[in-house]
Amino acid sequence: MSESSVQAGALPKAPSGVSMIVVMTSVATVCGLLIVTAFQATKGAIEHNVATITQESVLEILPGAARQIPFGVDAAGAVVREPAADADVSRIYAGYDESGALLGIAIEGRGQGWNELKILYAYSPDRQCIFGFKVLECRETPGVGDKITTQEDFLANFKELDATLDPATQSPVHPIVTVKHGTKKDKWEIDAISGATISSKAIGRILQESTTRLLPAITGHLDEIRKAGAA
Amino acid sequence: MSESSSNRDIQVLLNGIWKENPVFVQVLGMCPTLAVTNSVRNAIAMGVSTVFVLVMSSMLVAMVRKIVPKQVRIATYILIISTFVTIVDYVIKAVSIPVYKALGPFIALIVVNCIILGRAEAFASKNTVYRSVLDAIGMGIGFCIALVCLGGVRELLGNGSFLGVPLFGPYYEPWVIFLLPSGGFFTLGAWLLAFSLIKERKARRAAQEQEQSV
Amino acid sequence: MSVGTHAIDIRTSPHIKGQLTTDTIMLHVVYALLPVTAFAVFVFGLSALLMILVTTGTCVLTEHVLCKLAKKQTTVRDYSAVITGLLLALCLPPAFPLWMAVVGGVVSITLGKALFGGLGMNPFNPALVGRAFLQAAFPVAITTWAPAFWPKVWSIERFTSIMLPTVSLPFMRPESVAAFIQGVSLDGLSGATPLAKMKFEHQATPLIDLFVGMTAGSAGEASAFLIILGGIYLCARKMMNWRVPVSILVTAAAVSGAFYLSDRQAYPTPMFMLFSGGLMLGAVFMASDMVGSPMSPIGIWIYGALIGAVTVLIRLKGGLPEGTMYAILLGNACTPLIDSLTQPRIFGARKKAVKP
Repeated sequence: MSESSVQAGALPKAPSGVSMIVVMTSVATVCGLLIVTAFQATKGAIEHNVATITQESVLEILPGAARQIPFGVDAAGAVVREPAADADVSRIYAGYDESGALLGIAIEGRGQGWNELKILYAYSPDRQCIFGFKVLECRETPGVGDKITTQEDFLANFKELDATLDPATQSPVHPIVTVKHGTKKDKWEIDAISGATISSKAIGRILQESTTRLLPAITGHLDEIRKAGAA
Repeated sequence: MSESSSNRDIQVLLNGIWKENPVFVQVLGMCPTLAVTNSVRNAIAMGVSTVFVLVMSSMLVAMVRKIVPKQVRIATYILIISTFVTIVDYVIKAVSIPVYKALGPFIALIVVNCIILGRAEAFASKNTVYRSVLDAIGMGIGFCIALVCLGGVRELLGNGSFLGVPLFGPYYEPWVIFLLPSGGFFTLGAWLLAFSLIKERKARRAAQEQEQSV
Repeated sequence: MSVGTHAIDIRTSPHIKGQLTTDTIMLHVVYALLPVTAFAVFVFGLSALLMILVTTGTCVLTEHVLCKLAKKQTTVRDYSAVITGLLLALCLPPAFPLWMAVVGGVVSITLGKALFGGLGMNPFNPALVGRAFLQAAFPVAITTWAPAFWPKVWSIERFTSIMLPTVSLPFMRPESVAAFIQGVSLDGLSGATPLAKMKFEHQATPLIDLFVGMTAGSAGEASAFLIILGGIYLCARKMMNWRVPVSILVTAAAVSGAFYLSDRQAYPTPMFMLFSGGLMLGAVFMASDMVGSPMSPIGIWIYGALIGAVTVLIRLKGGLPEGTMYAILLGNACTPLIDSLTQPRIFGARKKAVKP
């Protein structure tokens, strides 16, 4: 007893650096193995889930579509088929019916409301209009701003929202704009939700930015996109 | 002798649920407690994830407690905890994307939940594997109960429902504030008040009984 | 306060006390609020009256119950709970559901006052705490305004019938005011407040309407004239520091004037800013709360400038049409800091402490 207390009074014996390294390395190895195992075990299910959710949303806003092919539009306006998961492109999904004819294109849009918003909208190149809409990610105030995801009157705006391109300049003839609740007159106007004006306006801005930037590129590569469905 | 030791084991298990409840008594792990309890479903998902991480890492920490040098113990604990958090992250994503979205960054933040590191340092590093697992289960259940208590009140008032089932009919006017972060603080405050009231009353009664018996 | 029955009363200074007690001051604040309250009832009818009674009753009752729970002598008689109740009612929309008003009253007194230790300890104006809670809890109901003077200026109907949202069942969604307006066929009357009209439609309301109180809005913010009258009464009796409202209004006018001069099309005139919304009511009756405002004159000027500037900034640049409530709460929160920065120099002390 007295011996040990004398020892404690002196410097406690430090473990050697080697033993620390050995312990940390072996613990890390075990942990690494566990993580890799879990990753491998869940990989299939996760990819399946993500794909299902995107596919569900795409098919949901393109009624009648039997299958979809993802495309990407890069900053220069070039269209790539099935872009890599980490590619820096705006993602669009072309939806085709049983016979392979193009039904419409689901386009992803992002922007800022009170918080970041991610939406998906359906564009018809034939009718030159937006005919479907879904909010994918929304962190707006529950009960107020998040009405943009549920309120039927608001979602009715997107049953036929004009997005006609000027053939000469390849820019929208009438940029999409959000107007105050109850004052919608024209086909390119979005009737805002009374009490959720900021979030409604954010949707209008996202659509305006996205249509102005992407629709010319899509129109330019429309044949390519149509052909992809036939193959 | 064996009886008293099993009694002590039960005590270890019960400690975390009532006497040393991690949320209501130790006031630990406030970040997930306040952030993800806006519905019962999220509260349960967060509770179960935390229990898993807590039990697994307590077990592993107790297993290696004798071979880990003192100087690197915290680093080792964090390594172990973050491993299980990563696993939970994958599993939740594989089970349900909506739940994953609802919990958001708070799954990753389980790593820095002080309940887990706290139990690893204060209990698992000094006790047997069996005891550590018991303690982790007790603390985990206590944490779950607290989360569901908060989530229940907040979902009930903020959305008029429990576990997504509407209780007050379609004309209920939700108290939006309870879904917002500020509502989390109000609810937590109310529960802490209720908890300490009960404890105080119990202590007073015990003191009275002692006086009478004397 | 009675000195007690002791022959000699030993106390620390001050030994000479003024005549003013808390109760007297509070009672006079109630007097000053009465014309505003009466006018609110006249403009908005029976609903406003019911709401004023309900919030005041709730506040007084809550205060009484909390005092009993804490086993203290009840502090109901100092009129402070009455003022909180009146102010709360005056800053709510006139057709606000009564059950929500009860929630607001309870929150005002418990969270706004009792939790901090009662009158004199509360860092924030209790009525505004209650309103902030209601704003976060029921964002739709609290921005649903009823029209003023419905259906006509001189009409008995306003005092014999209740606006439907007022009497909605507890915990149930209130009846919409829009439906109510249609129901009594009030064409041309809208529930939009002047500030909301300005923000979302760029439509100004005539100044005289704002001044006299012919507009929609919270129950008590209608008539700037009566509010100023009440303020002058209190200042004249030295029960309110005139610097608080003056500093707030001057800053608000200056900041909004700068905006107006920079772009006359986009921004409203300073006069519109001063007389619309709750700024006048807030500046005169809420920001001047003795507990929540700084002590020294220079501190009060800083406090007032902060509130005035933040109000205008929220109105013009923020997402909400009205910002007086948050501005005052912010000012209240800054008060301890302002007080510590504006400590008056002790008489005879040097400007800078000499290094030892």
